[in-house]
Amino acid sequence: MREKTEYNSNNAVALERWNRSVRKKKKIKHTRQLVRITLVTMVAAWFALLFLMPIVLTITNSFMSASEISANYGQVFATTDTGGKVYIAEKVNLKFIPDMVSFSQYITVLFKSPEYLLKFWNSVILVVPIVAFQLLVAAGASFGFTRYRGRIKEIIFFVYIILMLMPYQVTLVPNYLVSDWLNILDTNWAIWLPGIFSPFAVYLLTKYMRRIPASVMEAAQIDGAGEWQIFRKICMPLCKGAMCSIAILIFIDYWNMVEQPLILLSDPEKHPLSVFLSKINAGEIGLAFAVATIYMVPPILVFLYGEDYLVEGITYQGGIKG
Amino acid sequence: MFFPVKEKLKSGKSGSNRRTRRGKRISVLYLLPSVIGVLLFFVLPFLIVVYYSVVDNPINHEFVFLDNFIMVSHNAAFQQAAKNTMMFSATAVPLAVVLSLLLAMMLESKIPFKSQFRTFFLSPMMVPIASVVLIWQVLFHYNGMMNEVLGWFGVDKIDWLNSSYAQIVIVILFLWKNLGYNMILFMAALSSIPKDILEVAVLESASPYQIFWHIKLRYMSSTILFVTIMSLINSFKVFREIYLLKGDYPYDTMYMLQHFMNNTFGKLDYQKMSAAAIMMAIVMVIIIGILFLTENYFGKDVEG
Repeated sequence: MREKTEYNSNNAVALERWNRSVRKKKKIKHTRQLVRITLVTMVAAWFALLFLMPIVLTITNSFMSASEISANYGQVFATTDTGGKVYIAEKVNLKFIPDMVSFSQYITVLFKSPEYLLKFWNSVILVVPIVAFQLLVAAGASFGFTRYRGRIKEIIFFVYIILMLMPYQVTLVPNYLVSDWLNILDTNWAIWLPGIFSPFAVYLLTKYMRRIPASVMEAAQIDGAGEWQIFRKICMPLCKGAMCSIAILIFIDYWNMVEQPLILLSDPEKHPLSVFLSKINAGEIGLAFAVATIYMVPPILVFLYGEDYLVEGITYQGGIKG
Repeated sequence: MFFPVKEKLKSGKSGSNRRTRRGKRISVLYLLPSVIGVLLFFVLPFLIVVYYSVVDNPINHEFVFLDNFIMVSHNAAFQQAAKNTMMFSATAVPLAVVLSLLLAMMLESKIPFKSQFRTFFLSPMMVPIASVVLIWQVLFHYNGMMNEVLGWFGVDKIDWLNSSYAQIVIVILFLWKNLGYNMILFMAALSSIPKDILEVAVLESASPYQIFWHIKLRYMSSTILFVTIMSLINSFKVFREIYLLKGDYPYDTMYMLQHFMNNTFGKLDYQKMSAAAIMMAIVMVIIIGILFLTENYFGKDVEG
């Protein structure tokens, strides 16, 4: 009897010792993990800083007065680009925060010099129809690709994928030729039409639609729904999220466009702000930051509102989900 | 394998063959606007481009086979542009893939403020390049901040935008813009790796290193392929950045294929343009084909 308790207490001591050593190990492991997490967080924070810096600087610098900008950055944007070697004595002062916050640049841009707003409006006029109609065309096309799949449709879809992967250097020459024949060169149509029929949205939406279980549509068909009703009442509501994601992706892409207007629109009056910004001359450099900031506002708003949609959209693109 | 049988059964069961055929015809109707548009704006003109590339000029229509290609490939500007573009893609694409994978892994580990970090990393993608180009010019100016920071470490001043260092600036700009997008793709891929496999690996006391190389990379092979292709395509778009920084004729090492195309557009030399475009297309198809084959080879044993 006594022996047994001793044995038991011995056992308890051993267990306790073992427990303690485990806890100690755990503690070491825990601290090690804590150090690791701190390190990773620091690296991530450093990256985040690098990523954000250009954006934040552009915004803060837009609040400088014209004289402050020309004093600090005048040589960077001097009309004759000497590579800065002439100004060896001088230094470009990168300002994180302006000495005096002034809205004078914004006032000039918004109220005194209409050409910037005009170019901004050009951008809107070029981009919005492309987003809207590319989605519309794509909705129909991806429905067509999803229903009654056959070999011919698969081949066409493959052609779409190849076209989507082609860089501008390849697609712009055909676009130019067609615009030339249709006599729409130098008009907005030359940008709109290739944009609207771009295979990009078709590809993404088809990929998404094909993941809707076929049984859903078949059930509707058995209940007597026609193709239009299936499309309108079943397909579209299910694809709402995907449509939002794709709309955001198209919007970013075209808001940023440079190549197409350069080649297809020879009239600088019609150029969007993205092209025009690079042509701002030294005298107006103060305005440039304000204009750049204004140009950033729509995509940033879209981003803040639809970041999750954007992430979803990118994920569909990779074809990972589902 | 299983699918056609199932479909056949179903159409047989519903019995209304006429209705299926009608549905088929209607579905073609939905497809039509897009197909017509793509034919008109992409496919047909592309065939014309192929035609232009093998005739001597649009009026004469004399068949010259490969003369245009030979002429273009002997063009000094084209050679320079092709070399620069290749150099750029060869450095920027691998960097973009590796660094974005690193960022994704960082956000996958247990760090705080994950969603904020995601937002930060993604934000450059949203910002129009035209807007931030000004600040890049300030940063990389001869007397700019970059040189000042390097100066603290005793590095001599570098004329970033007007020397062969320009390529580095462009690579940095490219990475800044594209890492977030790639990162999202990798994050999605990482989270879609089956958890039970990872758990088993931990139970079998696999080291994190082994888990990464033998499981995670294996499962992500299709994503790696996709990210590589997208980065490659985006690397051809880097003209945009360079144009906004330096205009039509930048420093030699920044002169890309798109510059060549744009400046040829100015001269309306259809033959040259067409031949260059076709060559690009062929190279693209070859590269993508190789990537697909590689992925097939490495990723065939995982269904992901």
